This record gives sequence, structure tokens and C-alpha cells, in this order.
Amino acid sequence: MNTTYLPLAAGLALCATSALAETPVLQVMTYDSFVTEWGPGPAIEAAFEATCGCDLQFVGTGDGAALLARLQLEGPRTEADIVLGLDTNLTAAARETGLFAPHGVTAELDLPIAWTDAEFLPFDWGYFAFVGNAGEAQATSLRDLAASDLKIVIQDPRSSTPGLGLLMWVKTAYPDEAASIWADLADNIVTVTSGWSEAYGMFLEGEADAVLSYTTSPAYHLIAEEDDSKVAWAFEEGHYMQVEVAGKVAGTDQPELADAFLAFMVSDAFQSVIPTTNWMYPAVTPTDGLPAGFETLMTPETSLLLSPEDAAAMRDGALEEWRTALSQ
Amino acid sequence: MAHSPVPVTPRWPSIVATMLVLSLTFGTLGAVAWRAEWASGLAPADWVAVRFTVVQAFLSAAISVLLAIPVARALARRRFRGRQLLITLLGAPFLLPVIVAVLGLLAVFGRGGVLNDALTALGFSPISIFGMHGVLLAHVFFNLPLAIRFILQGWLSIPSERFRLAATLNAPVWRLLEWPMLRVVLPSTFLVIFLICLTSFAVALAMGGGPRATTIELAIYQSVRFDFDLGKAALLACVQFGLCVGAAILALRITAEDVTGAGMDRVVQRWDVARAGVDYAWIIAAAVFLLVPLGMVVLRGLPGIFDLPDTIWAAALRSIIVASGSAILCVSMALALAVRGGMLIAVVGVLPLAASGLVVGTGAFLIVFPFIRPADVALLVTVLVNATLALPFALRAIGPSAAQVNADYGRLGASLGMTGWAWVRLVVLPRMRRPLGFATGLAAALSMGDLGVIALFAGQAEETLPLAMYRLMGAYRMETAASAALLLLSLSLLLFWICDRGGSANADV
Repeated sequence: MNTTYLPLAAGLALCATSALAETPVLQVMTYDSFVTEWGPGPAIEAAFEATCGCDLQFVGTGDGAALLARLQLEGPRTEADIVLGLDTNLTAAARETGLFAPHGVTAELDLPIAWTDAEFLPFDWGYFAFVGNAGEAQATSLRDLAASDLKIVIQDPRSSTPGLGLLMWVKTAYPDEAASIWADLADNIVTVTSGWSEAYGMFLEGEADAVLSYTTSPAYHLIAEEDDSKVAWAFEEGHYMQVEVAGKVAGTDQPELADAFLAFMVSDAFQSVIPTTNWMYPAVTPTDGLPAGFETLMTPETSLLLSPEDAAAMRDGALEEWRTALSQ
Repeated sequence: MAHSPVPVTPRWPSIVATMLVLSLTFGTLGAVAWRAEWASGLAPADWVAVRFTVVQAFLSAAISVLLAIPVARALARRRFRGRQLLITLLGAPFLLPVIVAVLGLLAVFGRGGVLNDALTALGFSPISIFGMHGVLLAHVFFNLPLAIRFILQGWLSIPSERFRLAATLNAPVWRLLEWPMLRVVLPSTFLVIFLICLTSFAVALAMGGGPRATTIELAIYQSVRFDFDLGKAALLACVQFGLCVGAAILALRITAEDVTGAGMDRVVQRWDVARAGVDYAWIIAAAVFLLVPLGMVVLRGLPGIFDLPDTIWAAALRSIIVASGSAILCVSMALALAVRGGMLIAVVGVLPLAASGLVVGTGAFLIVFPFIRPADVALLVTVLVNATLALPFALRAIGPSAAQVNADYGRLGASLGMTGWAWVRLVVLPRMRRPLGFATGLAAALSMGDLGVIALFAGQAEETLPLAMYRLMGAYRMETAASAALLLLSLSLLLFWICDRGGSANADV
């Protein structure tokens, strides 16, 4: 490669950015899988740009935890107008940055729980669950799993949002016995991976009987691959929820567009894209209902969810219990 | 390194290279530390992580190097059809993205893998791969190829005259020629692999089976991503650098002085080629261990390789451009450093290995962010970082022969009054074609497969092939991702092969 090429390329990229400067730009910072061509990003961008007279730009940043770290790195200078993809385990820390403004949207949300957060607005949600193969032995509760010989792959709570979700799940179901549940689970855990993809890949390769994922994961296999061999295990303690939210950055230079986007986010055009691209439940059920196949999914009887403040307060202690129990 | 006069080469290329290395290692660390709010020191759990990291890195490096010696010796002594192809293929595991290699290994050694199927069929109980032995297995799988190549290079650098002389005198080749060569080559090979394993994170955790297998790099991840405690991340990164510098100095102290001396640059012929069976047994064992998991990667990826979406091909093209750019930059820097030599450069040369990927990325982000949109410079930063991260390998590949050229031809060059470019072009480059080709190929292939900092910087339009592959996996597209992984593997190997062959077109290896 010619050494003069790179500055030139960087320069061209800059020109390309400024050429678009006449149309207002709304920058949405989100996690990676949201913006890929298989994610919700492209369809949502097209739908919003058809009405807003603006350029909607997604910036992908790894997973949900990376998203928060990125925002904290950028601080008040961030160019992002919207941050989309945090979950309730992260919103307390996000709120603490003081970077967010009230979302101001009132919408009828179809969540199994009441939602009152003034700064963060849900766009989808799901239940964590162990996903295994249909027709094979299943556990019926966390305790049952811990007592069984079944093998599972989980994610590390320190580097993965589902991993953190399981930590909270155990802590919410067994506030005082979490340490002993983890100790009993230790011999069931084949391994702990740093991210969801590694764990899910290992499960598909047959390394474990089940993997920590979502109740909606079987829907992907059913709808996209016409494969009904995956099932989510229903647990008696109930299932911890992941509620994914978006927030408006207080220092945005496009407050009207940001408001318009948040209103759009809970409308049909956005919500109908979610189930078969993000493989989660939409925060507002679209008028046409959920796609065929979703009715086959296991629906937990009990929904567990800590408030962002409780989740933040319990996190470090729960992590210590986890680490001690699994390091024996 | 050079005790005799050597031709004068300009200082500035080595200074520029040193500055780039220092700014991407200590500079990015400084940026992170400067931005940090200093709240906490290192907790006991962090020291447990440090201990685990050092132990597994030491064992991984020791096993890799010990196993590589007989394999490299066998490859150096034997000539057979497909030898060159085999040597290239044996290098492949080192070039694989972590997650692909792990899935390949599991397909062989995992619960549903070939090995356990065979054990069960024979009536034995299946074995579990997860634990310390799994970490070591994975690290040896990754690094044995590198160790074989480095040690093989050492063997091939012994001048043919020595073997001829030894054969004439019926002298012991091992004691007089091979062992002295190993004493030069082994410490630096061990060091490089030790440092690679020192910064391992996803492999150690996934194969280690749980939080017992927490490495320093994972603790850094936790500090940045989970606690947003940049101060602690910076401290942990300092520990990593401290270990690196300590190990580098130790390795340099026990490295023997190169005593093989100059030859006539002729093709090596060997007369001590008895016991061919043992040599071929080593070659076959290494090939099975390294190539069967690779075969699994190929098998998984093959069905969908022609149905890959256009974005993957675009990402592949972007990756090739980035890889070519960083390979050229990397080898230029390595050459600049190698022709000057010296202790400081030896330390600078291994520093990037001890750099935490996350700290480098975060620091670079903090430096760039106030001035420019990170996505606009994503590919440029990736070229710089990848070139720097590959520098230790390139330097390790060309360093010994650069020192040898200085030692063998330095006096001649100096007496002829050769300086600067003329010396490099007429004497150094032709003597170093083989290691330069190897180094370029290695740098290109490493850059090709490296996820590196791109994940922190890139938007959709700057996606490279490894990043695209990870994003596919994140979107449940495991089969498409497997095909993308195969494409990545093929392109990395192809780039490596082109450069490697280019360097040794008229050589006998």
C-alpha cells in the first residue's frame, strides 16, 4: 500500500461526512448486533428516514456493557443524540453519568411489569432462560438444575450482559442462598465464556445440554431456520427479565429529532421489526401481533426483575459470591 | 549485538519506529491513566489473577517450545514432497481468530468431539477438556506453530559449511552446532510465546472452565467494562508491562552469543540423517494435532462459503487492504530496528506483546476522540495498531539474521565505505529475503485475523472480516459465521504463503 493513501482515505471520509451536513443528522449509539444487516438497524433507519427528513446514523459499539463504557469514555462531549441498548442492570450507572434527559414519552407498554422510568424508555424485552434441545432431559428450576447432572455453558457476568442477568436471576430468586446455589451449580457449569456468541456456539457444537440465553432464542431457529429442535427450559422460580431501553442524551444538538425518534421507537414501524431481527419481545405489541412462531415460546409464570438501583446495589456482592463459589 | 564496526545507517527510521511503539503502548496507557479517577488499588482477587496468568503463560510457553524442538529438527533434516506446503499449513492455527480455533479444538477434544467419540467407542470414559489442561492445550495449539517456525529458522540459519565440516570430521552435530544455535533461539522464542499467553483472555476463560481461569486481561476488561474503573485498568496494565520487561531482560540475559559464524550462503546439505522414523513420527504427530482441528474449521465452513453475503466480501477486501498496509509498515519498522540492534530495541520490540488490547484501544480512542470522529480514522488506527502489535513477531523473525548480516558482512561493508541505503539494499535485503518474506507474511496474516482495536472504532462502513464474523455470531448466524471464518483462514494463509514464498523463491526451503 502506498503510504500517502491512508491520510487521503481519512480525508475523503471526512469530506463525505461534511457533504451530508445539510440534512440534520441524528446519531444513535447502540450495540453491534443492532446495526448489522441481520439486525433491526437497516429497516428502522429506512422507516425513520422516510418521515424525519434527517439522516439517521447508527454507531455500533460491541455489546450492552461496551456501550455504557463507550458513553462513559466520551462523556459530555459525546456526539450521540440517543443511546439505545442499555438494560436495567446498567441504567443506574448510566443515570449516574448525568448525561441523560427525560424521555417525555407516554406510551402503553406491553411489559409484564409496570414501567415508570422517566429517563429510559424500553424498546424490547425478554426473559433469560436456559436453552436446550427438545426431547432431552430438562431442569425445572435453578435448584433442580443444581442438583442434576445436566451440563450448561454460561457467560461471565464481568464481560457479558446475559452473564450479569444470570447473576441477578439467582440473587433475586434466592436472596440469602445465592452462594450455596452457585456452589451447587459449579459442577453443572462446563465452562464460562466471555461473550454470548462463544457460549451459544459451544452449545450448538454439543458441548453442553443447555446454554444461558433467552426464551426467544428457539424462535430464531424456528422462524429463520425452520428448526424446532431448540426449547427454553421453564423454571419454577420464575425468569429474570432483560428490559432493553433507550435514552435521550441531554446535550444533544437535535432535541426535536431525538424526541421524534423516541416517539417513533414505540410505534408500529419500529416495534414490528424487533421480533424477527433482535429476537426479543417488542415493548409495544404491533397491531398485527407477534410473528407466527412466537406463540410456541415458553412463557414464564413469574417475571423477576430488580429495580436499576437494587441491581446496582447488589451487583458487587453477588459477583463476589459467584466468583468465590465457582473458584473452589 | 555487533561488536565489530558496521556500516552507518540513518538513525531516524529506528527512532520513528520506537516512538510509534512507545506511543501505542505507554502513550495509550498514559491516556487511560490520565482520564482515570483513582479510587481503588489492586484487590486480592487481582493478585490471584496475576498468579494464574503467569503460571499458565509459563507452562504454555515451556510446553510449546519443548515440543517444537523435535518437530523443527525433523522438518530441518528431512526433505519430502509437500514439505513446504506442510510448513505453511502448520502455521495456520496461529493465524486463526480465537473463537474459531476454540470451536475447532472442541470439535476434536470436546464432549461431542472426535476424540471422545473414539474413546467411548473403545469403551473408555470420555475426558473433559475444560480446566488448566484445556488452557494449556489451546495455548500450545495456538503457539506451537510459531515456535516450530522460529526454531526451524534457527536450524536453517546454520551455514551449510558447518555441517559439511562436521560430517568430514565425524563431529557431534548436536553438541557443536545445534545446541549452540538453540541457546540463541530458544530464549526469545519462549519469551514471545510467554508474552502472548500473558495477555490471553477469551481462550483462558473459555477453556479454563470458570473464574478460576481469570487472567490479568480479563481483570482489565472487568475494570473498564463492568466497573468503569480506569485507574485499576491502568494499574493492571502496568503489572502486565512490568512482567513483560522483567521476562524480556531475563530472556536476553540467558540468550547465548551467536557463535555459528559466517558461511558461504549455500544450501544446507545434511549427512547425519539417520533414524528417519523418529523424525517422521514427530512430523506426523504435530500435523495431526494442528491440522485435524483446522480440518474441522474447514468442514464447518465449506457448505456456505459461496453463499456469503456481499458485505462479507466487502469486509474481506477491507481486511486485505488493512493487512497489506500494516504488514509493510510493520516490516519496515522491524527492519529499521533490527539493523541498529541493541538492548533497548530488544525491549521495545517485545513491549507490544504485553500491551492489553483493551487498554490500547481505549487509550487510542481517548486520544483521537476530542479531535476527530473515531469511525473516520478506524482503518488508519487499525493499520498502525496492527503493525505495532505484529512488530515483535517480525522483529523476532528478522532480528537474528540482521544481527548475523552485521556480524558476517559488517566489517567488509564498513571497509568498503558502504553506508545507509546502499548497505541495506545491496547486502542486508538480499541476505534477509527469507526472514523478511516470513515476517511480512506473518504480519499480514496476523493483521488479517486480529480483532484488535477495530471493534472500538468501527462503524458499519469500516467493518473488517473478523469483526463481521463476530457480528454474524452475535446475530445467531453461526453457520454463516463458520463460512466467514473459513474465508478468513484461507485469505490469511494465502497472504502468508504469497509473502513467505516471495521471500524464499530461490531458496531451498
